[in-house]
Amino acid sequence: MTTVQKTLSHPMAKYIREDRLPWIYCPGCSVGIVTNMVARAIDNLGIDFNKVVIISGIGCTGRSSGYFKTGSFHTTHGRAIAFAEGVKIANPDLEVIVISGDGDIAAIGGNHLIHACRRNIDMTVVCVNNFNYGMTGGQFGPTTEHERYSQTSPPPIGNYEHPFNLVKLAASSGASFVARWTAVQARRAARSIQKGIEKEGFSFIEIVGACPTAFGRSNRLGDGVTMHKHLLEVAEIQNGLPPHEAELDYDNRIVCGEFVNIEKPEYTAVISRMRDRIEG
Amino acid sequence: MKSLPERVMFTMGDIAAAEGALSAGCRYFGGYPITPATEIAEWMARRMPELRGAYVQYEDEIASITSVIGASWTGTKAMTATSGPGVSLMLEAIGLAVMTETPLVLVNIMRGGPSTGQPTRGQQGDIMQAKWGSHGDYQIIGLTPASVQEMFDQTVQAFNLAEKYRTPVFVLADETVGHMREKLVIPDEKDIKLVNRKQPTVDPSEYLPFKADDDLVPPMAVFGSKYQFYATGLTHDERGYPSDKENIQIDLITRLNDKILKNADDIIDLEKYQLDDAKIAVIAYGTPSRSARRAIAIAREEGIKAGLLRLKTVWPFPEEAVAELATEVDHIIVAEQNMGQIYHMVRSAGAPTPITLMRKPAGMPQLPEEIVQKIKEIDSQ
Repeated sequence: MTTVQKTLSHPMAKYIREDRLPWIYCPGCSVGIVTNMVARAIDNLGIDFNKVVIISGIGCTGRSSGYFKTGSFHTTHGRAIAFAEGVKIANPDLEVIVISGDGDIAAIGGNHLIHACRRNIDMTVVCVNNFNYGMTGGQFGPTTEHERYSQTSPPPIGNYEHPFNLVKLAASSGASFVARWTAVQARRAARSIQKGIEKEGFSFIEIVGACPTAFGRSNRLGDGVTMHKHLLEVAEIQNGLPPHEAELDYDNRIVCGEFVNIEKPEYTAVISRMRDRIEG
Repeated sequence: MKSLPERVMFTMGDIAAAEGALSAGCRYFGGYPITPATEIAEWMARRMPELRGAYVQYEDEIASITSVIGASWTGTKAMTATSGPGVSLMLEAIGLAVMTETPLVLVNIMRGGPSTGQPTRGQQGDIMQAKWGSHGDYQIIGLTPASVQEMFDQTVQAFNLAEKYRTPVFVLADETVGHMREKLVIPDEKDIKLVNRKQPTVDPSEYLPFKADDDLVPPMAVFGSKYQFYATGLTHDERGYPSDKENIQIDLITRLNDKILKNADDIIDLEKYQLDDAKIAVIAYGTPSRSARRAIAIAREEGIKAGLLRLKTVWPFPEEAVAELATEVDHIIVAEQNMGQIYHMVRSAGAPTPITLMRKPAGMPQLPEEIVQKIKEIDSQ
């Protein structure tokens, strides 16, 4: 008689297209951890998986939507939020989540980010910030610190430019929920994503992650484990701090926490009110 | 306080296109103001909430078209309207819509270009842009209305074709058609034939989102349904999963092209005027076709056997019809409000019959007298 051996399965595997594994991600990358955070948040909330739509743009994090067993869409570079707005406005019953990288969300898609914040459309944007364009081999991006090295900001000077602070950007643009965590603060981050999903309004959660293959190598930051250990060491939890004080200094201090959680009219709710008023 | 339109209106082409879209069931408009298409957005901003639809004004044309793709994937009929500069910004997303087989309608009220050009003057300069503007090999459907009534009728048709073939469809109207005012008759709801996209019927466990039926079009599930799927602008297999295999690329690109080309007869819409015994044929679309019709009437009065082939659709190009016409007539004149775009398609389909281009890259179309003069010139040769 043969016995069927039960294989151990990841508790979040039910949300993942296992037939697409292994992931494309490099060893030591944070994107897998963030995928888990989002799955945990959905799981904790117990929301109908059929009503969840996960949307991403282009890049390493941009590939994450393709691993979710929800309705999922991989848009053009930078346009995940614009696509998500069309989905949410056309069917407000759907739970819309955008997962994408710093280059996708804050450079090519930066305009869509700030305007979606301003409109306060109910969706949750999870932005994995690994300080560079990883998919294309490690070029500086909109969050790369001044004088950091990358394939397009080589020594001796490094990056000529200065980074966006995404928390400040989202908060000043009008997002109603804004948080930042590092990839190692998985439980706290998952809880913030959960809050973001529950929030009726635009939620922005930055996850500071590690890209050992590109950003790490260019700047001699060590392997994935070393980089994640570093994130833990410099993460400073300051829940409720005014967002303009949420500094991000990679070497010394990454201020983490929930910085904005305000109430204001949500876009699709206002549309609905307009329709009702016309119908009288 | 609803501002329901009259059944018969005296209105402009832009508004007729908007009403056509609403009659076709469009309930999402992602817009950005641009001359000479703004009236469509303005009309939609008032009408959409009345019909429990949404008018959304985005930060740019890139967002507006991309949001239209998103809306379409919820099962909502969705559109945008713009002009040349806006289309230039939308082209990458048009490719995404082609690749993910997303039904949508884009009304381009064509103005003078290149660049900012002459925003308030009409032209037909975006015909080739619609066909070739996005990168890669693809087909597009392009309709070319020539009257206010056709702005309505062909916008309905644009939605039907978009839904049937799961593809973006262009309504390519020159500014004159967009801004002219004429009588519009809105038919009874029951008299408007509507086509809706095929939906999957298989068990969700067996659903392959990009497996086509015999008509080369896959049934389309939507977000929020029992079907889960992944759609990507990357080359994908029938499961929708990305692939860099050569055969997957060849199969997908061939199918995406063939679903338009092999159904060309169903899509192409032509009007023949006085062509039966014609020796000289004029080929035109949009506003110049109105001048051409008048020119043919004048030429006929003077005993010249001239006729008009009016293209109500330019893409897919009616290659067979033009080739056939070329065997029946001695000479073809192409009158376009540009430097010659469809002319090149006519030349390739109609050779070796002589083909003369009447080009005009400006707001006033070729006048009937100018076309008559050209017909006489050719007739006397």
